[in-house]
Amino acid sequence: MDITAYKNVYVFAEQREGKIQSVAYELLGKARDLADALGQEVCAILLGHNIKGEAKSLIAQGADRVLVVDDKDLEVYTTEPYAQAIVGIVEQKKPSVILMGATTIGRDLGPRVSARLNTGLTADCTELGIEEETKHLMMTRPAFGGNLMATIMCTEHRPQMSTVRPGVMMALKPDASRKGEVEEVKIEFNRAKFRVKVKEIVKEQKNLVDITKARVLVSGGRGVGSKEGFAELQKLASCLGGEVSSSRAMVDAGVMEHSRQVGQTGKTVRPDLYFAMGISGAIQHLAGMEGSECIIAVNKDKYAPIFEVADLGIVCDLKKVVPALVERLKKEQAH
Amino acid sequence: MNIVVCIKQVPDTTEIKLDPVKGTLIRDGVPSIMNPDDKGGLELALQLKDQYGAHVTVITMGPPQADAILREAFAMGADRAILLTDRKFAGADTLATSHALYAALKKLDFDMVIAGRQAIDGDTAQVGPELAELLDLPQVSYVEGVKYDGKKTLDVRKQTEEGYQVWEVEMPCLLTVLASANKARYMSVAGIVTAFDKEVEIWTADSVNADPATLGLNGSPTRVKKSFTKGAKAAGKVFEVEPNEAADLIVSKLKEKFII
Repeated sequence: MDITAYKNVYVFAEQREGKIQSVAYELLGKARDLADALGQEVCAILLGHNIKGEAKSLIAQGADRVLVVDDKDLEVYTTEPYAQAIVGIVEQKKPSVILMGATTIGRDLGPRVSARLNTGLTADCTELGIEEETKHLMMTRPAFGGNLMATIMCTEHRPQMSTVRPGVMMALKPDASRKGEVEEVKIEFNRAKFRVKVKEIVKEQKNLVDITKARVLVSGGRGVGSKEGFAELQKLASCLGGEVSSSRAMVDAGVMEHSRQVGQTGKTVRPDLYFAMGISGAIQHLAGMEGSECIIAVNKDKYAPIFEVADLGIVCDLKKVVPALVERLKKEQAH
Repeated sequence: MNIVVCIKQVPDTTEIKLDPVKGTLIRDGVPSIMNPDDKGGLELALQLKDQYGAHVTVITMGPPQADAILREAFAMGADRAILLTDRKFAGADTLATSHALYAALKKLDFDMVIAGRQAIDGDTAQVGPELAELLDLPQVSYVEGVKYDGKKTLDVRKQTEEGYQVWEVEMPCLLTVLASANKARYMSVAGIVTAFDKEVEIWTADSVNADPATLGLNGSPTRVKKSFTKGAKAAGKVFEVEPNEAADLIVSKLKEKFII
């Protein structure tokens, strides 16, 4: 295949009930980097019904062009109509890269599309970049439960496809003055192939907070001690757009709910920033958070094992550090 | 009803350790197991067998020692087992794996193909949908359960981030199943006794007439360029300071990391 005919970085802008999912904006942020490195455009693919109005927000967050396919059969996701729409767009537009969210939708759709196009797909990438000499996409993902990282490339086939989990990439700040084009694309659907009907959609009351999706976690342990102590941590978390999480000790003590527990018997988290406040750092806790990009630990005990994995360690009383830090951050943000 | 279940032998990743010096995976002595989602899929097929008298065929692509999980499947209640094994499959990515399975499945009659959602050694969740595409079957992934009433369609309950959905799908179809869909049965004593007397059929690339260009490394559009360990994190600096100084240190760290 002539891979030079394939250009531009495409993002599948997943919507549910007409609402664009946050992962789509995060992918646009990364697509912007990739497209700039290639000197090409970012294009968003928006599939749905009566959905065109959402295109503006995609442009404001990085898209140069939004391709809209409007069809009743695209209102609620099923595999085949979506696969036909994306394959149709690929045939018309020849994208170099397609990024999708690694959601239950993206992970259903991505491999269906890549197999139809006879191209490669790399799942759950944590890093994407452009190789300077060749301009191929470098896709890095964890293997073996995160023990090993692998960089994968797709050099002979186009488009180069990748899925990325929600919360991994960073969205750009919306800029309403950004200019872009909205283009409606016509797809000749083969509706005889639609062999699935959605009969029921059930939403269950789930825990509202998913700490695994937070970019910043302010985690408290024994040193925080009480609900009041966690209320202070919440102020810090709010300053940074983060969430509060907890060690096992505080969950067992009934101070925090289990859904916020980090560690082997709780959740494994990899935020960009993890504050360990008054957490000594038992191995079971470390297992749940040592993959964090940056770890800042505050503890009165200078021999606490948490300092061995911390990027920055502060030996001090957290009850004094947290209010001081909140005040400093508020000043920074006022500037 | 004929059901084909695709299963995979995987290293028990919870047992995998890193060599601290070389930074490579230590594979020696790591036990191999039937991939948990695949076992959930096999259980689903066996439940349909219990209720409707389905005939259940298990197939795996892998090295000769993958025979072990086929025997396990026999002992759980599978009727027929196929080991798809050939050096020509080596180095396959998900698409090349799907092509090998596709060639084999073309030789079988089925009303339903079941696979696990994903394997714990790769976590890609891609082979199921890719195989469905090659076989031109409708697919439902993230399956938690099915309702079958003897008609030409199946009601499938599928997990979503918000809860679940029920999809009605025409048969034949392909489902990718979650381990949490059900609790897999144990091997029966009688099953274990006879599992080693039963024949595991050995199929190769030639015997399934697979197109060599679609197999193994040659048939793989993706290549691993390099693999590396993230490396144990080196400890940063520890400071014993007053609260205000502590706040300054933290704020400069946040700036360095572009958090603020």
